Amino acid sequence: MRQLKVIRSLVIDSLDTITKGSKKYHLWMGFLTLVMLIGMYCYSIQLDEGLSVTGMTDRVSWGLYISNFTFLVGVAAAAVMLVMPTYVLKDIDFKQAVLIGEGLAVAALIMCLAFVVADMGGPSVLWHMIPGIGVFNFPNSMLTWDVIVLNGYLFINISIPFYILYRHYQNKEAKKNIYVPGAVLSVFWAVGIHLVTAFLYQGLQARPFWNNALLGPRFLASAFAAGPALIILVLAIIRSFTAFKIPDKTIGKIAMIVTVAAQINLIMLVSELFKEFYAPTHHSESAYYLFFGLHGKNALLPWIWTAIPLNVLATVMLTFGKLRKNPRILYFCCFILFVAIWIEKGFGLIVPGFIPGPYGKIAEYLPTGIEVGVTLGIWALGAFVFTILAKTAIGIELGELRFKLKKMES
Amino acid sequence: MSESKKWFSLDLDLNKKSESSGTCGCGNTQESCGSSHKQEELSAEEFYEAAINASIGDERKKDGFEQVFDVQMDRRDAFKKLTASLLIGAGAVSSCTSVVQGADSKEKAQIDWEEQFKGNYKLMTDDEKKQTVDRLMRSYELRTGKNINMSSKNAEEDVLFGYAFNISKCQGYMNCVTACVEENNQDRKSQMQYIRIHEMKDGKGFNFNEADDNYYHEVPAEGHFYMGTQCFHCDNPPCVDVCPVQATWKEEDGLVVIDYDWCVGCRYCMAACPYDGRRFNWSKPEVPENEINKNQHYLGNRIRKKGVMEKCTFCVQRSRKGKNPACVEACPTGARIFGNLLDPDSTIRWVLENKKVFRLKEDLGTEPKFWYFMD
Repeated sequence: MRQLKVIRSLVIDSLDTITKGSKKYHLWMGFLTLVMLIGMYCYSIQLDEGLSVTGMTDRVSWGLYISNFTFLVGVAAAAVMLVMPTYVLKDIDFKQAVLIGEGLAVAALIMCLAFVVADMGGPSVLWHMIPGIGVFNFPNSMLTWDVIVLNGYLFINISIPFYILYRHYQNKEAKKNIYVPGAVLSVFWAVGIHLVTAFLYQGLQARPFWNNALLGPRFLASAFAAGPALIILVLAIIRSFTAFKIPDKTIGKIAMIVTVAAQINLIMLVSELFKEFYAPTHHSESAYYLFFGLHGKNALLPWIWTAIPLNVLATVMLTFGKLRKNPRILYFCCFILFVAIWIEKGFGLIVPGFIPGPYGKIAEYLPTGIEVGVTLGIWALGAFVFTILAKTAIGIELGELRFKLKKMES
Repeated sequence: MSESKKWFSLDLDLNKKSESSGTCGCGNTQESCGSSHKQEELSAEEFYEAAINASIGDERKKDGFEQVFDVQMDRRDAFKKLTASLLIGAGAVSSCTSVVQGADSKEKAQIDWEEQFKGNYKLMTDDEKKQTVDRLMRSYELRTGKNINMSSKNAEEDVLFGYAFNISKCQGYMNCVTACVEENNQDRKSQMQYIRIHEMKDGKGFNFNEADDNYYHEVPAEGHFYMGTQCFHCDNPPCVDVCPVQATWKEEDGLVVIDYDWCVGCRYCMAACPYDGRRFNWSKPEVPENEINKNQHYLGNRIRKKGVMEKCTFCVQRSRKGKNPACVEACPTGARIFGNLLDPDSTIRWVLENKKVFRLKEDLGTEPKFWYFMD
């Protein structure tokens, strides 16, 4: 009974915090709501007319939605880079950042699921995928593996922070023997979600651009660069807008993670480019299309040639400790690295997989306004969810939100 | 895997008997193949069916959502009870809201409801298949006042369909494409076509990169030859494995089919197909009423809906009646040959035994049942 009371009070208190804030906060939330509404309107058009309102065709059958999905799985997986040192290696430094990281993972996963649903031709029959009442093609289809790992990861990343915050809310210490096993599990799980998502593409013999043993490891490396880079940016914002204390040491350590992951990512990129261009085969055509264009079709060139220099520049700058320790340069590097990997792991990965087609047909893909609208709406949804989670978590961690028995009695 | 091949190979006569006795070409164990209704021995599924028959008896005749929920529910009684209560509530809502409507619209709503919550066609019994086909025919009648004839005919025993394409004969007339579109009720608005005819340059070999599959000029164009592609009905189809809901599968007679009502539209199969064999309904398919082919099959040319996959089925509505697919019948040059690979006297077997045949992208291990040859 007491537990229920506490939860009720927690919900009421958190509703109270998330609806109150500075003018800037209200403007931010209002802006996100507006973008979400526009996204929903675009999605309603898509529901009504079908996916023909997107730029996708029979030739390029996955586009912006699946690209963002792939990228965001990486962001979600990156929360582990904070969980591991905090809970497993007992590095206290990260403890505050980890709640933010896990909140980010939850928001990223919600966006992932939203992108997958937005990409479906028949969202009304999605129950066909629910094990038990539908038919779940497990273990044959990698998509079913992905459904399992993503939802499992979502559950873990909701339950661990919830437990910790719930204890802190009642002025109690969170019990280590309860949440540490969960945290250890999530470390393995995070690697799992990204590897499984890579296998989704890697396992297709029809698409040589994806059918490549490096895809999985490269997914991990780029995720562990882009995810923590986003966390650094978010922490920087939180630091300047709230009283939440995040020591420089914490950000310095996350920056170290970003640097190492970005370096490994770059090595893998070089290895991939070497394989595709030193002895080009028929299977290198997608890479040729991506980097140089094929037969005058070169829609992706501006994107990839933005991404590669940004990626290299950020990695090189981060490598020098002096530059990395300057917050402004660090934030700049994190931002350009995030953008570069979003391009590279997003449509830089998905779209060339379909070009040229199975019989060499080169049909280009360009997202439509509606597609962009839905995508922005889902990103706004993610930011909205994260803001709510972070605001509640920070409120509890700062001691502003506490369970008061008296309040319940009155 | 090689022992269980059902397509033609040189020593076919030696092992034909064992092939037709119930192994399945998919190479999986019988339980996971799931297409074993016609077999003599009790497979795991049939045993399961029999067990249900024995335990439920008269209540066996399920349809609509009951069938869906009962399929795998027996093991999870608790969950079943939970959903049952939910369904009663939902059913009450659906019936009470339609009291004021006319009998026709009530029936329509009833059909829509049952169709929305029916199970996967692949897992249906013959009775259930018939029921859904009847519902679909009745629904069409209620909507348009016209009758269609929809079949749920299963694969026949000792039949495995195969296809051969004579590159020397094809002149690129595309009669096959037109016939296919008309036969299979494909969307006219997006000009969906299952068949692609690639116009290739003489002296360049099979160079698909330089081929044109979208030409509008007089054929045969000088200095060119023609080659058609469509779904190859692979014996080891990658599209089937990747489907998260088993909405696509290989039938006993080798046809790779789709349950349009079960497909969720994720398009993973499209990414997995190395042969560009699959098409997606990006918007609601449009076929003028007077052009609709009313001889339909559930797995074949019935009218599709928005947001689902479709593909060539070797005209299942025709081939299972012993007729040639529309493309074969329409071809003016005789470049297309279709038949039963298990019948030693069939033309297709003659081609495979006497011509130097090859298949596309054989290195991918998909084992297409579609061969090319030249005179």
